[in-house]
Amino acid sequence: MADLSTNLAGIRSPNPFWLASAPPTNTGYQVQRAFEAGWGGAVWKTLGDPIINTSSRFAAVSFNGQRVAGFNNIELITDRPLDVNLKEIYETKKRFPNHAIIASLMVEPKQEKWHEIVKRVEDVGVDGLELNFGCPHGMAERGMGAASGQQPDLVEAQTHWAKEVATTPVIVKLTPNITDITVVARHAVRGGADAISMINTINSLAGVDIHTWNTIPHVGGQGAHGGYCGPAVKPIALNMVAECARHADIGVPISGIGGISTWQDVVEFMLMGATGVQVCTAVMHHGFRIVEDMIDGLSNYLDEKGLASVEELIGRSVQKYSNWGDLNLNYQVVARINEDNCINCNKCHIACEDASHQCIDMLTNADGKSVLQVREEDCVGCNLCSIVCPVDGAIDMVAIENDLPPMTWNERQRTIASLNDAYNVEVM
Amino acid sequence: MKHSAITAFSPDMFMHNFAEAEPGLTSKGAIEESNRCLYCYDAPCIKACPTSINIPSFIKRIATDNLRGAATTIMDSNPVGASCARVCPTEELCEGACVLNDASAPIQIGMLQRYATDWAIANDAELFKRGTDNGYKVAVIGGGPAGLSAARELARQGMSVVIYEAREQAGGLDTYGIVSFRLPQSISLWEVEQVQKLGVEIKTGVRVGTDIAAAELLEQYDAVVLAAGMGYVPPIGIEGEQLTGVYDAIKLVEQTKTGLPSVNMIGQHVAVIGAGNTAIDAATCSVRLGAANVKMIYRRTREEMTAYDFEYEFAKQEGVEFRWLTLPKRIVGDDSGRVTHLECVQMTLTGETGKDGRLIPMPVEGSEFLLPVDAVVLAIGQERQLSLIEHFGLSHTWGVVEVDDHTYRTSHPKVYAAGDIIFGAGRGEAMVVSAAQQGKLAAHAIIRELLPQTSPAISSAV
Repeated sequence: MADLSTNLAGIRSPNPFWLASAPPTNTGYQVQRAFEAGWGGAVWKTLGDPIINTSSRFAAVSFNGQRVAGFNNIELITDRPLDVNLKEIYETKKRFPNHAIIASLMVEPKQEKWHEIVKRVEDVGVDGLELNFGCPHGMAERGMGAASGQQPDLVEAQTHWAKEVATTPVIVKLTPNITDITVVARHAVRGGADAISMINTINSLAGVDIHTWNTIPHVGGQGAHGGYCGPAVKPIALNMVAECARHADIGVPISGIGGISTWQDVVEFMLMGATGVQVCTAVMHHGFRIVEDMIDGLSNYLDEKGLASVEELIGRSVQKYSNWGDLNLNYQVVARINEDNCINCNKCHIACEDASHQCIDMLTNADGKSVLQVREEDCVGCNLCSIVCPVDGAIDMVAIENDLPPMTWNERQRTIASLNDAYNVEVM
Repeated sequence: MKHSAITAFSPDMFMHNFAEAEPGLTSKGAIEESNRCLYCYDAPCIKACPTSINIPSFIKRIATDNLRGAATTIMDSNPVGASCARVCPTEELCEGACVLNDASAPIQIGMLQRYATDWAIANDAELFKRGTDNGYKVAVIGGGPAGLSAARELARQGMSVVIYEAREQAGGLDTYGIVSFRLPQSISLWEVEQVQKLGVEIKTGVRVGTDIAAAELLEQYDAVVLAAGMGYVPPIGIEGEQLTGVYDAIKLVEQTKTGLPSVNMIGQHVAVIGAGNTAIDAATCSVRLGAANVKMIYRRTREEMTAYDFEYEFAKQEGVEFRWLTLPKRIVGDDSGRVTHLECVQMTLTGETGKDGRLIPMPVEGSEFLLPVDAVVLAIGQERQLSLIEHFGLSHTWGVVEVDDHTYRTSHPKVYAAGDIIFGAGRGEAMVVSAAQQGKLAAHAIIRELLPQTSPAISSAV
């Protein structure tokens, strides 16, 4: 069995599965139950000056009858006194010395505030700190969370203040509600961050009740934007992790967050550069026991791949992620339909006909059977047919050999420019 | 009598035994099932539906909680879509064609159709509007599935339609001939009501040919749709048919559709002669009437029986026994004229095939035996409406009205025919859904004939 233990900037954990700072890590009772269930670490629900929460806080988005495709919340940081949280952190750490407990922190952007809270939480024995510069709702209106996370200089300054007194690793949690996450990530690193975590939730309105015309959720008929997470945000998070992972000026470990629900998701985040992951929505939906399959599935996967340690996954796909201008324009795939597996739902045909390049024909073969056939010469290799196909193995996207040498857009533009230069020299 | 009645058949027992057997989908079940539908393009289920209901489209509407839209889509194509949701042999039609058959499991189209139409019934939804009156008048003879379907389409086009219905209520076999635990009468009567709400007048208790002459109808109306179905079970031609305890399968089912039945089968041993869908209905009906044992007597085998597989399975689950290769020879009674035995002879398949392609059964000499029974139910087919057909002077083959394949026009230019009255002699299917489609097509042909400028496509739904 492969070694699942991880080490994120010095924070050791029996496995890469941490609970994100969120409702499941609100109390010692919950975190201890989580550790018993198998979670390797927990980022305690954000500590700071206690707040008051609203009643009616969460909402979710269903897709085609599936619950919680996306999840939205307007809950704030912890509403429990700091002393109570610290006492429970201490007790939990004592009971689970080998598990990772990270304190999520959010205070006003003042040096003394950061010094004070860092000292207090480190006193009770946390393994690390996570600076919450990401929470998009509520706290942001008070100049904290995402409001400070959207100002790169403020991220750098606050990270620096925390680092001035911190003795444990400092993770900076980033907001996705920004144009280019790598800018903020670089400022966090400049401020001394030992690691970064992403993504926090995305500004969202879960829905509008079409019968009452109230927002979803609403608080006595009034709504406000929340933070969006859950499976629907995974591609956004994965891209942000990858962009940071491949950025030369960042270079610190990444804790991946955003829609992670299965062991496959964890593999993907780690391949794209995460050292470990944090999970919330899957637990909100199914409870702590969801980690059992995550551990088991990951372990089986590593064994199947012949990998001795989960850390061997970290960043292995990062070099495969680059800019559009670096993609080979002469690479060609076409769709091929496997009649043996095709069930003749014709979804590929109508998708191609109405939304792509009209190259899948509905034909009748010599035996009078309906068949779908791709006119390969007209196929642009967009993948749409294979995406809408409901059965596995019915449509393969097949790479086609051609005589053309690999050429990217950037290479093409450089070639054209050099030819132009040569021509200009000639005519002059 | 050997198996005397233990107790009378009480109203409670009746209510219990004849309530709809299969529960409908829950809303969660409907959402899950409708979301499972792939929403195929050019879907095979539509092609497999005799009325061409746009099935993926109505299922998508269920998935989005647009139940009015779902019900409208169904009923637009099939005016008796609520009944068909329950009685269609879906595994041979839409569900049999579902592309998911081999991939996982076919969508429960019938159950989803029932879910949507049940919504329309429960919400008293009026899905269609009468067309603007164009002055044309059409008489429809028979208010069963074919007649209702024709009337509905004609009314939507603005024709004034009168249905002449011999029975007390319209709906035909859906109202009287299909056991309530499969099709409650209220469903059929709702469909009748939908047609009435479009301004169609239904004259019940009027027998064309007796109470009103064909000539009169042909004079008063611009067109006539003959959709009078078929009659009761014909005599089987064996000794003892007149004995007490011998029943006509259609009349037996009918009794259970019109209130507490007077027939008492509690504790009885019942033999049902025949193996079609009506025979199965009669058999399961007997079980639910309290019979101790019900045997189906059929001179051929399982392979040749015409009942649908799901009917056969249902009968087996109800405890009905099947006696294959058994030919009834006579019904034996006691001195009081009550049935005591059914004399049968064993048959064997000769290996030769008849004109219908089925193996010919022959009696095994000396294999006669007496089956002790208290009741015999005859279910060997239905009589043709010969006198009515001849009253109109229509061409027919053994009582099957001859019609044009596309227009459903008979040998009389003003008379069109649809439903069971044109079923037989190797033609068509005796399904409710086929009758509905034929009625629809006959109506469209009439519309094309009387209003050549109008597109036969019926005006869109409300």
